[in-house]
Amino acid sequence: MTKRTVQFKIYRYDPDKDDKPYMQDISVELEASDKKLLDAITRLKVKDDTLSFRRSCREGVCGSDAMNINGKNGLACLTDVDSLQQPITLRPLPGLPVIRDLVVDMTQFFKQYHSITPYLINNEPAPERERLQTPEEREELNGLYECILCACCSTSCPSFWWNPDKFVGPAGLLAAYRFIADTRDQATSERLDNLEDPYRLFRCHTIMNCVDVCPKSLNPTRAIGKIKDMMLRRAI
Amino acid sequence: MVSRIVVGAHYGFRDWLGQRVTAVFMALYTVIFGINALMLPEMSYEAWSGMFAGGFMRFMTFLFFLALFYHAWVGVRDIYMDYIKPVGIRLALHVITLFLLIGYAGWAARILWRL
Repeated sequence: MTKRTVQFKIYRYDPDKDDKPYMQDISVELEASDKKLLDAITRLKVKDDTLSFRRSCREGVCGSDAMNINGKNGLACLTDVDSLQQPITLRPLPGLPVIRDLVVDMTQFFKQYHSITPYLINNEPAPERERLQTPEEREELNGLYECILCACCSTSCPSFWWNPDKFVGPAGLLAAYRFIADTRDQATSERLDNLEDPYRLFRCHTIMNCVDVCPKSLNPTRAIGKIKDMMLRRAI
Repeated sequence: MVSRIVVGAHYGFRDWLGQRVTAVFMALYTVIFGINALMLPEMSYEAWSGMFAGGFMRFMTFLFFLALFYHAWVGVRDIYMDYIKPVGIRLALHVITLFLLIGYAGWAARILWRL
């Protein structure tokens, strides 16, 4: 790939200077080595250093550079810039308060994550070596523990938009099932009690936007279904 | 009073399950209703009302209406939860909807058992 120019339309908002947000049209010349959207917006940052966005690992592990790319949430570092239709429209993640430009306040998202006690609860004395699981028990955790908490899923979920303070959201519920499914955890019943609520769990209407946007190809809808399945098995 | 966010009503599973069970029942009823309607000798008022006069069909139709109203109650309550934020207005809408659906159930029974 040679040098090429890419057109952008970027959401800009600096609460110290701007009365209201606006869309900025800007283009940037990319080098042959620039493959990902993050490479392109890093070049944009050189051109206009007032542009704010989060980034860290640049390889889809930290989840910092989640944003709304041409109307769909994703990670800038995993998105091929040449696969995007131009002008590439970049907006902050929907539904969360904007701090500046593409940077959002994730407090509400992490509050929901913390509300599901995202750690192993086991009151037995720790064994001399690790707490063992069978391969089948360990297999159940695949597709759950890989979540990087980028918030692409929760901020694409209409139920989370309407009730971010009450609905745990797909990321939190995926993490909740990660511990419910863990045979080493002893708080299964308390975890199910914590989620049995018309808002916390049952705001999920299986819209599946979460599955559509997850940059790690995880399936929060399936995890939510499994939580409901466990509630059914507990109740019947 | 500081308006704190409160969750943890500890219900929801029964309604979620109920909505799915009623959906399955309504789908089955639709098939039964379709077969019965197609087997009518003629499309007249007498044949139509006769279809519902039998004990089985009358019972199934009344169950269908009950399932429909319960299903609708859960669905409408979900819509209120998402879009109506003031608690007073939401409670009023809940009460109105409940009374309406209970009224419709009585009305459906009255129609079916009058045939």
